[in-house]
Amino acid sequence: MKKEFEVISKIIENNKRVLDVGCGDGTLMEYLKNNQQNDVRGLEPQKNLAQKCISKGLSVIEGDAEKDLLQFPKKSFDYVVLSQTLQAFFEPEKVLDQLLRIGKQTIVSIPNFGYWKVRLHLLFKGTMPVTKNLPNEWYNTPNLHMCTIKDFVNFCNKKNIKIGKSMCLTNEKISEINKGNIGYKNVFSQLGIFLIE
Amino acid sequence: MSEEIKNIKKLIVNQALELDCGKIIKNFPVAYETYGTLNKNKDNAILAFHALTGDQFCTNINPITKREGWWKFAVGPGKAIDTNKYFVICANVLGGCMGSYGPKEINPETNKLFRTTFPVITIRDMVKAQKYLLDYLNIKKLLSVVGGSMGGMQVLQFAALYPNLAHSAIPIACSASHSAQNIALNELGRQAIMADPNWKKENSSPDKGLAVARMAAHITYLSKKGLEEKFGRKLQDKGSLKFSFDADFQIESYLRYQGATFVDRFDANSYLYITRAMDYFDLEKQFKGNLSHAFRDNKSKFCVISFSSDWLYPTIENKEIVIALNACGANVGFVEINSDKGHDSFLLNVPEFLRTISEFISSTHNEIKNEKRI
Repeated sequence: MKKEFEVISKIIENNKRVLDVGCGDGTLMEYLKNNQQNDVRGLEPQKNLAQKCISKGLSVIEGDAEKDLLQFPKKSFDYVVLSQTLQAFFEPEKVLDQLLRIGKQTIVSIPNFGYWKVRLHLLFKGTMPVTKNLPNEWYNTPNLHMCTIKDFVNFCNKKNIKIGKSMCLTNEKISEINKGNIGYKNVFSQLGIFLIE
Repeated sequence: MSEEIKNIKKLIVNQALELDCGKIIKNFPVAYETYGTLNKNKDNAILAFHALTGDQFCTNINPITKREGWWKFAVGPGKAIDTNKYFVICANVLGGCMGSYGPKEINPETNKLFRTTFPVITIRDMVKAQKYLLDYLNIKKLLSVVGGSMGGMQVLQFAALYPNLAHSAIPIACSASHSAQNIALNELGRQAIMADPNWKKENSSPDKGLAVARMAAHITYLSKKGLEEKFGRKLQDKGSLKFSFDADFQIESYLRYQGATFVDRFDANSYLYITRAMDYFDLEKQFKGNLSHAFRDNKSKFCVISFSSDWLYPTIENKEIVIALNACGANVGFVEINSDKGHDSFLLNVPEFLRTISEFISSTHNEIKNEKRI
């Protein structure tokens, strides 16, 4: 399991209800179900992945977060997880509102556009950055709304969203983000992981 | 044929069942068939519900019609619903014509066939009748209830009536409330039957009317693309148009064949009663306008499946079920399977569909076994 999922699963307490939005092939769901006795549901837009999850016995709904989150009642999950997908929505702000409505707490991870390699790529090459975490070209990328760690934190502040935990991954190493180091982390981390409510 | 029908497996229910129409029936037969073996723990039983024109013979050769079972692709040794592992129970619905209590049976009070004097039945009546069978087989909890189309409606009704009787539920290509379009199409079929002058005659059957009903219904089971691919405008005889009303086109001849073979195996009055039961099905109304209340106490794991080209029970109607299940926090998965074969997809060899149900059931079975070990 990738490092990011390790971090997310550590945030989630045992025996809680979890919704994994954009659950992919269900790797994180399976881990939470089998190791932490979480009651896990998933939402996945890709047919083949949703089918794969159901075959594994995971309760996954084929659907689109921009439309299908509305059906879940208020605070019906202890945790809602959104891993590296926020930037791919047409309206990320609305999706985030839904996540916060459904979940008592929400875990969001974002690929950091402030990462130094991304910055240098644009600065020196003058072309849209293509990195390990962002492997697509500008014309075929699903990422419509890229942001940096700083952007996300500013956004939460502006919207009065409480940030419970903020962490980042730097070359597979996990560390905390705080007021003092955010400028630094915003340059050197590939991924930001936030627990918000 | 009637001699053979006498030899098929039947449970005579001696309790009284009050039907939704208010009438009470007792000492009535529920014809059924089982496949596979019930294991020691009795945790491998699956109840499969049939659709409008199905019967209890879901696989192997039907001893009455001598044709292969309607779910031969899904049920059998080594198949998706593997009878080497599971014990599959399938019963003929109330109102049916394969041995269960229906218009083709003799009314004990008059010693004549019921025909249209049979009470109007509902999906809920059908499900209640099959519950007696589970009691008789002494099955406390099913591994799964599964069915497509009207079979799927029975799955939903079963879940609403008996929230704790199945570990999992698989409603396929169905709806929680029959739509106006579906009622309209059923009415078309009924009117075709009733317009046949033989319908009212005591010793004849309205074959022409029933065949037309079947032809119309059959079109609704297919998709436009499927029809194009299979038939297009291909002619029956390679030559040219005959400038007559014979079956020039292959699609015409195919539909005529479907109609003609159907009347040999199905009772016109059963067709009236069963389509009526489908039309009356409105689970949302049963629960006072809130479908999610139907599943409020349900602990089953649901797997809702629809097909992309099904316009009779389109994905959107299947999704209504998913939404209701989510609204009450039930455990539900949902997939729409890509298929050009229309509503009929659930009866055909659609590998992705078969794989999904197979693996869903087997993962549920494993979970039960693991729970027991703990």
